[in-house]
Amino acid sequence: MVDVRYETAFTLYPYQRSADQDAAKPVRHPVVIVGGGPVGMGMALDLGQKGVPCVVLDDHDGVGVGSRAICFAKRTLEICDRLGAGDPMVDLGVVWNVGKVFREERQIFDFNLLPEEGHKRPAFINLQQPYFEKFLVEGIREAQAKGAPIDIRGKNAVLNVDSHTEYVTLEVDSPDGPYTIEADYLIACDGARSPVRSMLGHDFTGRVFEDNFLICDVKMKAEFPTERWFWFDPPFNPGQSVLLHKQPDDVWRIDFQLGWDIDRKAVVQPEYYMPKVQAMLGEDVEFEPEWVSVYTFQCMSMDQYRHGPVFFAGDSAHQVSPFGARGCNGGMQDVDNLAWKLAAVYHGEADARLLDTYHEERKHGAEENILNSSRTTDFMTPKTPIAKLFRESVLDLVEHTDAMRPLVNSGRLSVPCVYDGSSLNGPDDARMPARTRVGATLVDAPANGGWLMDQMGNDFKVLAVNCDMQVQGIETLRLDADPMVSERYLGGAQQAVYLIRPDQIIAARWESASSADVIAALQVAKGG
Amino acid sequence: MDALKTPRITDPDGFYAELLGAHEGMSEADSHAMNARLVLLLANAVGDRGVLSEAIALAKKAGG
Repeated sequence: MVDVRYETAFTLYPYQRSADQDAAKPVRHPVVIVGGGPVGMGMALDLGQKGVPCVVLDDHDGVGVGSRAICFAKRTLEICDRLGAGDPMVDLGVVWNVGKVFREERQIFDFNLLPEEGHKRPAFINLQQPYFEKFLVEGIREAQAKGAPIDIRGKNAVLNVDSHTEYVTLEVDSPDGPYTIEADYLIACDGARSPVRSMLGHDFTGRVFEDNFLICDVKMKAEFPTERWFWFDPPFNPGQSVLLHKQPDDVWRIDFQLGWDIDRKAVVQPEYYMPKVQAMLGEDVEFEPEWVSVYTFQCMSMDQYRHGPVFFAGDSAHQVSPFGARGCNGGMQDVDNLAWKLAAVYHGEADARLLDTYHEERKHGAEENILNSSRTTDFMTPKTPIAKLFRESVLDLVEHTDAMRPLVNSGRLSVPCVYDGSSLNGPDDARMPARTRVGATLVDAPANGGWLMDQMGNDFKVLAVNCDMQVQGIETLRLDADPMVSERYLGGAQQAVYLIRPDQIIAARWESASSADVIAALQVAKGG
Repeated sequence: MDALKTPRITDPDGFYAELLGAHEGMSEADSHAMNARLVLLLANAVGDRGVLSEAIALAKKAGG
């Protein structure tokens, strides 16, 4: 018996009996992924495309209802492009770059996220999470048709996990009753309340914030522009903040801050939220509620993201407040980081110690996300009178001087961290630009009549800027330096050789390198 | 005056967190005293008498 925990928006992988359920002894799989959310499905798609057989266990048979995560960052779109699932997301998604910040009824400033030219993808798109997940599953279906060894099992709930040194045993419930399988590696992508984490008794610690937020996603044909609008202390929610954001299908996200001492059952009743939304939108605006949900949040992390054969990715490993869109976007970077490492070890191209760098690098990323999202939360919900006094003073001043604008914190939007100091990093050259330093994510640019990101593929690659480079066993992409490429990749150098990891992280760079230099850096980037 | 009109703080979020962190656990009176000491130190760091006068005027205006 598998419990129904939520309603599904799309049924995508109905239960089918697996041969494992009739096996005389438990079948061993190279990788089992628990959880079919964006991180689990992204992980399966990435691993499957790299030829690593994986089984996805999800206790539902599709995508849950509710918009939930709605902001997908440029880096996430680039990862989805690499996985072949980016186009439908961007086609349907709402592109936005402009944000406006209001206090009471006055606009106090606006900002533009990506005034820079020369990137295939925008800074952000807004897209309801069910669509994001659906496009990933469609990507999996296409990959399966081309032979990718991915096995999605709907209505399969993990009952118990036993972790041994070299493998994991899973007891799995299904509509036909329980069965047992084994996995060389288990990846827990089962969300912030991760049952796998609880079953294995691992810690999850951090800060709980004393505040409630009410999401009212409403459908309306309104004249609001496609921008992110944020209010401090508006008349329709006195003393608290409000966020307004557009999604596809004429749906708007409205996020009301409510404070700590509220009746959580009462606020999700139409009698409470309908007048509030009407007051915000204006008396004449017609709207229909689409999804209403009250939430509190916390910033938590596990101590270790790898425990022997078990990896934790996405919210199961780390949880952030929603401000800054660092939850799902951070989780997709976990996928990006772990999949190629696991594939390299599975195919015998790297030593298993490479897998330890998943924790090293992604903990660094998660800490940055938690720091940013905690600071935003502290600004929006000042926790002491003096913190409130400073917040109000910043807002008082910002109406009179631009000098205070950087202190206004209504969300620091997700950008990938730089793996400064990673043990996988090779040589760097300080004459070259800081933004493309070793440990940073490749910066897109127009290249060879297309986009640089689209030409990177799924393996290690050498990027030769204004020079020729041949290294046995690695493909080279040659790039002629126009002014944009020079600004992003050369800086003070005349030419450059970059070694790029399969997750498009810059592993090493030189003004000029020998084949032996590149091969040595490649060895380091594969964990030595 | 540029010093009062354009952003100049490097790592503004880190500064803000450190500032609030310094007040943590203080009584209201202690926080006021801390702020006064901080204003005096920062005024010395600014040094320019004209900027200080403008800052006082701007802070007063923004509160009104």
